Amino acid sequence: MLGVFQRRKILNVLVMGILYGATLLALVPLFSVFYCVVSRGWPAITLDFFTKLPSPVGEVGGGIGNAILGTATLVGMASLVGIPWGIIIGIYLSEYGRGRRATTVRLAVDILGSVPSIIIGLFVYTIMVIPMRGFSAYAGATALAILMVPTIARVTEEIFKLVPNTVRESGLALGLSRWKVILFLVLRGTFSSILTGVMLSVARIIGETAPLLFTALSNSYWQRSLSQPVASVPVQIYNYAISPFDDWHQKAWGGAFLLTVLIFILNLGTRMVSHPFSGRAS
Amino acid sequence: MGSLKPPNDIRRSDIIFSRILKISGWLLPLLILSIGLFLFENAQPTIKKFGFVFILGTVWDPIHDIFGAGPVIYGTLASSLIAIIIGTPISVAVALLLSEIIPGRLSRSLSFLVEMLAAIPSVVYGLWGIFVLAPWMRSTIEPFLAERFGAIPIFSGPFYGVGLLSAGVILAIMIVPTISSICREIFRNIPNQQREAALALGATKWEAIRLAVLKNSKAGIFGSVTLGLGRALGETLAVTMVIGNRAEISKSIFAPSQTMASLIANEYAEATSQLHLSALIQVGLTLFLVTFVVNGLARVMVWQTTLRKDAQC
Repeated sequence: MLGVFQRRKILNVLVMGILYGATLLALVPLFSVFYCVVSRGWPAITLDFFTKLPSPVGEVGGGIGNAILGTATLVGMASLVGIPWGIIIGIYLSEYGRGRRATTVRLAVDILGSVPSIIIGLFVYTIMVIPMRGFSAYAGATALAILMVPTIARVTEEIFKLVPNTVRESGLALGLSRWKVILFLVLRGTFSSILTGVMLSVARIIGETAPLLFTALSNSYWQRSLSQPVASVPVQIYNYAISPFDDWHQKAWGGAFLLTVLIFILNLGTRMVSHPFSGRAS
Repeated sequence: MGSLKPPNDIRRSDIIFSRILKISGWLLPLLILSIGLFLFENAQPTIKKFGFVFILGTVWDPIHDIFGAGPVIYGTLASSLIAIIIGTPISVAVALLLSEIIPGRLSRSLSFLVEMLAAIPSVVYGLWGIFVLAPWMRSTIEPFLAERFGAIPIFSGPFYGVGLLSAGVILAIMIVPTISSICREIFRNIPNQQREAALALGATKWEAIRLAVLKNSKAGIFGSVTLGLGRALGETLAVTMVIGNRAEISKSIFAPSQTMASLIANEYAEATSQLHLSALIQVGLTLFLVTFVVNGLARVMVWQTTLRKDAQC
C-alpha cells in the first residue's frame, strides 16, 4: 500500500507523461504530412511541372503550369480587393470602433471568419456564376477576397490598438487632420506588422479549394480571359487525387509540395517580422 | 472628438474619411445577411416542394428527384462528434503543456508547429488522407477496434478505410490547433495568484493545474470546443476525400458516409436539374445556419469567461 504522498507524486508524474504524450501525438500527423509531401512530391518537381500544360489521360509527363499561373492570378485579383477592404475595416474598428454599430461590424468580422468557405463559394455561385452564365476567374477571385477580409481586419485592428495614443496626439497637436494622422502616422508606422496579417491571409486563401470548385472551376488549357474558368493548384490537386492514374497522383503530391512549402514560408515569415509596438504596450 | 473645433476644411476631409470607413465596415454585416438571403432565394424550389420534410427525409436520390437531408445531417454530426471526442482531450493537453509546463522559447516553437497544423490546406490533408491515413485505418486501426469492441454495433461491419471514422480522425487533426490556441488564451487569463495559492498549500503541479487552471476555465474550454465544432461542421475537402461519399445512414462508423459540405462539393458538377441544384443550395443554407448558431454560442461562452477574468485582474 502506497502512502498518500507517494500516490500524489506518482499521479503527478503520470499526468505530466500524458500531457507530453498527447502533444507528441498531436504533432505526428504534421510530421507525417510533411514527410509524405516532401518524399512523394519532390520527385514531381521538374521544369516541365512549372511550364507545361497537364498531359491528356494516359500520357505521362506534362505539368500544371496553367494551374500555377491560375492560382497566382486568382490570389492577385483577390488581394486587390481583399487587402484594402480588410485594412479599412480594421482601421474603422480600432479608430472609430465604439458603440453598438462597431460591435455589430466586429461581430460580422468574427462570423464571416467562421463561415465555412464552401458556403462563400456557394454564395458567389448564386450571385455571379448563375447570372453571368459561366464560371470565371472573377467569381473565384471574389470568393477568395471575401475569405481574406476577416483575417486582415482582425490583425489590423489589433496592431492599431497597440500604437500608443501619444503618436496620434502628437500628430493632431501639429494640426494634422485625423485621416492624415491615421494614414501617414499610424498606418505607416505599423506597415510591417500589418504585412503579417496580409501574409497570413494569403497563406489561408492560397490553398482554398472548396470555394473555387463552383466559382473558378478548372481548365486544362492556358487561360485566355478572366471571364473564363481558370485552373488553380488546389483544385488540380483535388482532381488528380481522386483520379485513378499514378502519374496524376504524383502530380497531386507535387502540387501539395508546392502549396505546403509556400504556406510554411509565409507562416515562418510572419513569425520573423517584428511587432514594433508590442513590447512597449504591454 | 475634442472640444476645440478644427478648421472647416480639415473637418470636412475627416468627415469624408470616416464615412468611407463606416460604409466599408457596414458592408460586412450586409454581406452576411445577403449570403443568407441569396441562399434562401435559390433554395426556393426545394423549400416549396419538400418543406420541413427536407431536413428529416432519409432518402437522397437525385435520379428520382427525391431529396432528404437526413443522411448528410447525420454524417455531419457523427463525423464532427468523433472529431470532438478524439480532439478535445488532446487539445486541452497540448494547451496545458504549452502554457503551464514548458517555459518560454520551446513553448513558442512548439506552438508554431501546432499552428502549422491549422495552416496546411484542407486539400493536402485530403490527399494525405486518401493515400496514407485511409489505408492505415483499414489495415490497422479498424481491425483492432473490431477485434476489441466488435460487440458494439458501431465497430462492426467490413473495413473500408474511407468512412466516418477516417473523416472524424482527419477532422480531429484539423481542430486541435483551433481548440488548443483558444484554451491557451483562456489559461493565460487566469491570475498567477491562483496557481501560487495552490502550490503554497503543498499541491503537486498537477493538483495546482486541476484546482487553479482547469476548474476556473470549464466554460472557456467548452466554448473553445464549440468553436472547434463550428470548424469541423463546415470542413469540406479533407472530409470529401476520405469519407467515401455515400449518403446513407449506417450503424457502423467504418462505413462510408457523407457530410453536408462534402455532398455539395461532390454533386455540384452533376446537378443538372433545377431541383437538384436547389436541394444542394438548401443543404448549404442549413449548414450556414447551423455553423452560424454554433459559432455564435461559442463566442458568447469564450467572451464571458475572458471578460470575467479581465474584471478579476
